[in-house]
Amino acid sequence: MVHIKRLQEDGADIISVIGEIDASSSIELDLAIAKSVGEGFKKILVDCSALEYISSAGLGVFMSYIEELKDKNIPMVLFGMKEKVLNTFSILGLAELLHIVPTKPEAKKLADELSV
Amino acid sequence: MSYQYNIGCSLSNLKGIREFVRSSLKDQQVPEIEMSAIVLALDEMCSNLMIHAHHCNPDHMLELHIDIPATGKLIFEIVDDGSLFNINDFHEPELGNLVHQKRKGGLGIRLVKAIMDSVEYLKRDEKNVCRLIKVIK
Repeated sequence: MVHIKRLQEDGADIISVIGEIDASSSIELDLAIAKSVGEGFKKILVDCSALEYISSAGLGVFMSYIEELKDKNIPMVLFGMKEKVLNTFSILGLAELLHIVPTKPEAKKLADELSV
Repeated sequence: MSYQYNIGCSLSNLKGIREFVRSSLKDQQVPEIEMSAIVLALDEMCSNLMIHAHHCNPDHMLELHIDIPATGKLIFEIVDDGSLFNINDFHEPELGNLVHQKRKGGLGIRLVKAIMDSVEYLKRDEKNVCRLIKVIK
């Protein structure tokens, strides 16, 4: 069960992911990122501080946007991830393909740098 | 110690599987990072079976067995009577190709193979048994 909230801060769309993402709920994350892109946001920050679990279905959603966001020059930065969740990204080397930082200020800074 | 959990092939039951695995292992002093990885691997195997072998039919059942012998390893078995889905026959595409093709799938099997020490298949009482072994250091 996952709950997703979106709010906007300094021109960035912040997607907060709360709970667990598995094969039954990954569509919610997919829709939230698709909306953010569709609404024309130029920076996407994903707040993972309340994300308790992610399976490959959720990893796959993030992975599937890497090329599209690169083509559209939209940086997406994930932040606040718990160690056990970060480990899931790291097992497959996905942590190196995505932008993941510890805190929101660092996420904002990186998104600013990447969008120049 | 051994534990068993029978569950219908609905993706909404994955949370129950994760809770069953975690509660069965709670006295094994498995470090949290390793525990989370084991829970993830079982979630991935069960969701794969539910989707590919049972088309998410909630009337189809999976049996999940956990056997904890006193030998420093954990044995997990998933028993079903669907079509055999052997992850050892599955060729994983390069991660770079998945990214390039904007694909969402293809990661679960990689995770299971990375987390578990062995994945083997056998037949018992006309049913498919997928046995996953994790060595606890």
